[in-house]
Amino acid sequence: MFTPLETASGRQVTFNFDGREFTAQEGTPLAAALLGAGVSEFRSTPVSASPRGPFCMMGACFDCLVQIDDVTVQACMTPVRDGLVVKRIPRPDVSAEPHDSAPQGSENSREALRA
Amino acid sequence: MTTLIIGGGVVGLSIAFGLLQQGKSVLVLDGGDGDFRASRGNFGLVWIQGKGVDCPSYSNWSRRSAGLWPGYAEDLKKLTGIDISLSQKGGVDYFTDETELKDRIAALESLKQAVGGDYPFEVLDHSGLKKLVPEIGPKVIGGLYSPMDGHVNPLLLLQALSSAVRRLGGDLRTGAQVVGIEAADRAFSVRLANGDRAEGEAIVLAAGLGASELGPELGFKAPVRAQQGQVLITERLPFFLNYPSGTLRQVNEGGVQIGASKAEIGADDREDLGTIAKLARHAVDVFPHLAPVNLVRSWAALRVMSPDGLPIYQRSTKYEGARFVTCHSGITLAAAHARLLPDWVVGSNQVPDLSDFSEARF
Repeated sequence: MFTPLETASGRQVTFNFDGREFTAQEGTPLAAALLGAGVSEFRSTPVSASPRGPFCMMGACFDCLVQIDDVTVQACMTPVRDGLVVKRIPRPDVSAEPHDSAPQGSENSREALRA
Repeated sequence: MTTLIIGGGVVGLSIAFGLLQQGKSVLVLDGGDGDFRASRGNFGLVWIQGKGVDCPSYSNWSRRSAGLWPGYAEDLKKLTGIDISLSQKGGVDYFTDETELKDRIAALESLKQAVGGDYPFEVLDHSGLKKLVPEIGPKVIGGLYSPMDGHVNPLLLLQALSSAVRRLGGDLRTGAQVVGIEAADRAFSVRLANGDRAEGEAIVLAAGLGASELGPELGFKAPVRAQQGQVLITERLPFFLNYPSGTLRQVNEGGVQIGASKAEIGADDREDLGTIAKLARHAVDVFPHLAPVNLVRSWAALRVMSPDGLPIYQRSTKYEGARFVTCHSGITLAAAHARLLPDWVVGSNQVPDLSDFSEARF
């Protein structure tokens, strides 16, 4: 779907996204490199787990987020370099409620609160 | 009869909402966008544990409000369609210092006695707390859980209140900065910065820090001062934190809000890197997994503090029909302000007893 406007002339390097190897010209924005390789879904949102990919490509929308060294970064603002390891942000388990284990006796306390 | 309410923050709007629900007519005068606005910068807690350690009636008043909160939030949702994300599953305060924990336990025990024993909280050691909140780090020695505590989205609350007041026929004017008041018993005329005037037969001064200037015109001392607090918020994270604390809570949109410093530096709402770093360090001490997480925003806001930190509810001794309301905990007390304060404002018989909170104590 996405193709580069200019023929690649720079050094071709390899990077890893979500366990897969990709090749791109060094310095290409990571978001552009992934889109060029056919990856459009970069992450799931942390609250509702709905899919997200690049939208603005200029650092404004924060939708193209990925993780490098456990830190969330914008893929459109990250130049590809050789050996870069990029992780997908872990998909949240939205089916499960957050752990809810109020101390024993708290139900009574809650009754007291309502009373 | 129209009641003028000076101040369109959570305090003023909650009173307006309650008066409108009783069929009264209100005109709310909200200041300018450049004004200090605790309602737009606060932490969003509906918090009970530890409040009123030296004043049981403040504890009881806060508790009464917390009990009224579910119905209040439901009223707002029915009227406006806005779900303000109230959660009252309880709250946890985290401790990294043995002495601080011991002191707090002693304070809560003594308050529990003072309010007649009905004051549920539990002391948890590190392993007990880890069962409740598995993400705590090794520096957390223990904590205090209380089912009385909760939190809410304070910006949605402000939005819902504005909308509710208008839907019930209240007149809410924004950018209406009050610069002067001409007062007589049951006849008040206020002058706005743009030259307009507004008239009413009763008046409620709920202007936050602005009250110190306007109060004397209605016969109030209005001894309020600014106390600065800074707050940080992280990028959105998958939900992990069920229980808010006084310093850490995960908001309904997923971000972890980190607060809150206390600085007596006057009306200065600028952040500083030293304070931000200290707050972030505390958050990582409690939850080490937050270390690589990005902060997306930080801000400072000003608490509205009376000399002893307790609310002030005062009827003017100079002009019949004038009331002064101020408090630090406008969110926690919002439900009481909407449901109980209207009777006190209009002066009917079913007034809540607020004599402990008069200005006479200063």
